[in-house]
Amino acid sequence: MKMSVSQAMVECLKAENVKVVFGYPGAAICPFYDALLDAENDIRQVLVRQEANGGHAANGYARISGKPAVCIATSGPGATNLITAIATAYADSVPIVCITGQVNTDQIGSDVFQEADITGAAEPFVKHSYLLKEPDDLARVFKEAFYIAGTGRPGPVLIDIPMDVQKAEIDFEYPDKCEIRSYKPTTKGNYLQVKRVLGALETAEKPLICIGGGVFASNAQEEITRLAELMQIPVITTMMGISVFPNDNPLFCGMIGTHGIKRANKAVNECDVLFLVGARVGDRAVKTPLALEKTTKILHIDIDPAEIGKNIGADYPLVGDAKIVLGQMLELAKPMKHDDWIEHLKGLEGAKAPIEAPAGTVNPKVFIDRLAAKMPDNTNIVADVGQNQIWTCNGYKFRKGGRLLTSGGMGTMGYSVPAAIGAKLADESRPTVAVCGDGAFQMSFMELATAVQFGVDIKVVVMTNNRLGMVRELQTNGYHDRQTNVFLDGSPDFIKLAEAYGIPAVRACDDGSMDKAIDMLANHKGICLAEVVVDKDMPTL
Amino acid sequence: MKHTISVLVENHSGVLSRISGLFSRRGFNIESLAVGPTHDPAVSRITIVADGDEHTVEQIEKQLNKLIEVIKVKTFGRDEYLARELMIVKVSATANKRSEIMTIADVTGAKVMDITLTTMTLELCDTYAHLCRFEEVIEPYGIIEMVRTGTIAIEKGAETFNAKK
Repeated sequence: MKMSVSQAMVECLKAENVKVVFGYPGAAICPFYDALLDAENDIRQVLVRQEANGGHAANGYARISGKPAVCIATSGPGATNLITAIATAYADSVPIVCITGQVNTDQIGSDVFQEADITGAAEPFVKHSYLLKEPDDLARVFKEAFYIAGTGRPGPVLIDIPMDVQKAEIDFEYPDKCEIRSYKPTTKGNYLQVKRVLGALETAEKPLICIGGGVFASNAQEEITRLAELMQIPVITTMMGISVFPNDNPLFCGMIGTHGIKRANKAVNECDVLFLVGARVGDRAVKTPLALEKTTKILHIDIDPAEIGKNIGADYPLVGDAKIVLGQMLELAKPMKHDDWIEHLKGLEGAKAPIEAPAGTVNPKVFIDRLAAKMPDNTNIVADVGQNQIWTCNGYKFRKGGRLLTSGGMGTMGYSVPAAIGAKLADESRPTVAVCGDGAFQMSFMELATAVQFGVDIKVVVMTNNRLGMVRELQTNGYHDRQTNVFLDGSPDFIKLAEAYGIPAVRACDDGSMDKAIDMLANHKGICLAEVVVDKDMPTL
Repeated sequence: MKHTISVLVENHSGVLSRISGLFSRRGFNIESLAVGPTHDPAVSRITIVADGDEHTVEQIEKQLNKLIEVIKVKTFGRDEYLARELMIVKVSATANKRSEIMTIADVTGAKVMDITLTTMTLELCDTYAHLCRFEEVIEPYGIIEMVRTGTIAIEKGAETFNAKK
């Protein structure tokens, strides 16, 4: 069918069943936005307040929907603003398709107004990218982009489209499938290797499963839970793996890593067989992988062959999609018992109990614990970065169906509010709470306007201590307590700020107001904000 | 340790920058990189000589394979391949030195491409090691300019490395 490339882009999104796009217009992307106007009934267009937040919103949307989500920006600064969001999605293997406008083809390379080589600039952080110069390539490029973003190890794909290309007329037909000869991810595990991995688990005396974000990416929550229960193997998670495994399951031992739970870290050191599932053993998760691989048999499932053996040597590598591979294992697995080992782990020190909070403040651990008790099982918790993230990750007791979203790999401050907007729009039946500190909140609170404008019912928790708390703690412990550039004096009154947006807000600064705030978060219909006043010296762990 | 890696890629613009970018950002050291077309116009072949231990080379291969436009990667084992590199060198050569340089050229297999009253330009196509020896011998005459293409390599015998399965 004859149509403009812009119209065809809209048709591509419809064909990919895209219901929502997050973006920010500008001159170079105007043809596409013009075509989107005619598709308002099919594709909801959310105007964010800064392009990176459009990327984070798409990130939240993709993680909840399990499908590639779309964000849009214009050329030059619009596109470069997106880079942090692209890098964030790349680090956490989240499938997003970023569409950017570019200056006219004949102007590329001449430094015209709002020109930036975005495919070049974003190259280190994309799974793949396209600079679309041939209008006739459009359908193939879109088909490939969604396919590449969402399959194998998911990740961001960028499509940069010059303005004149967007205006060109083409004969459009969307392909049913795409064939990329150089891209064929292995999803099924090698049968013999599956048997070997299972054999190693069966002969282990102290086996341990480490769940990473890859389990969410392959939607293998059921499979890993069944395998752990059948074989009675204790479970730890990385930060990205939190909420895969119900925290009330007796096999659960908590999060590992620098900011993890002692029990979980000890379990890693004491186990004889460590079964990594979709976990890349990042430096914050395992500090000394080289020592670990010497003493422990490592079994490693990953869909990305490059992750196997990158950070830790694997005795039994197994390339494949976690859901499929675990399914293969479940067909062969037999019930087992490891009562002594489980009992031993239970006896180890768990999360540190909350200390008493000084008057006028609330202990964030207590707050998170009570919040978890009040929120429904299927709540999305979107943690930002810093102390608030660790309090949330270690403290929130996720039940079956709950979900934690956080910027685990990149540690991008300001992620939580926009990502919560995206997560909520992906499934409005799921309550969604963004938890951030006063530092991160001030990097993205402009998105409150987005939530208000589009009626997105997110709950926002801002933990305030007038500090960049985690950096402050680092300075205290690592730099002779020489605290510098961590003071957030000049911050607004967050309750008044919320009110300025027409958002109801409660400040929690003692036991009574804490319960009031939690009650609001759990029961209020529509967006609301709770400020949780935290002591400036409150430790992360 | 040096490794010779052959990479078949889609002949798209930007592929080379993806590959060179990968090497720099992952901290892999490139000794040389040569790229050119193959008999299939849709496919280019890149030969990379890189420095690193076994673990590094394994990572290089895996990371290269992750690039969507990379079709195939092969690291050649020792003595598994034939390699050549072209060098063009301009040396200072006044009349009294010319015959000496001609003798070196004869012995090493270099050819004279150009000659002036004060210089001679020689070309030599051979292995990396042989080129290095040649450079050592010609160096005392005064190298004015030198260019090298980087190594290209192909497997010995009837084995092939191509884009088809």
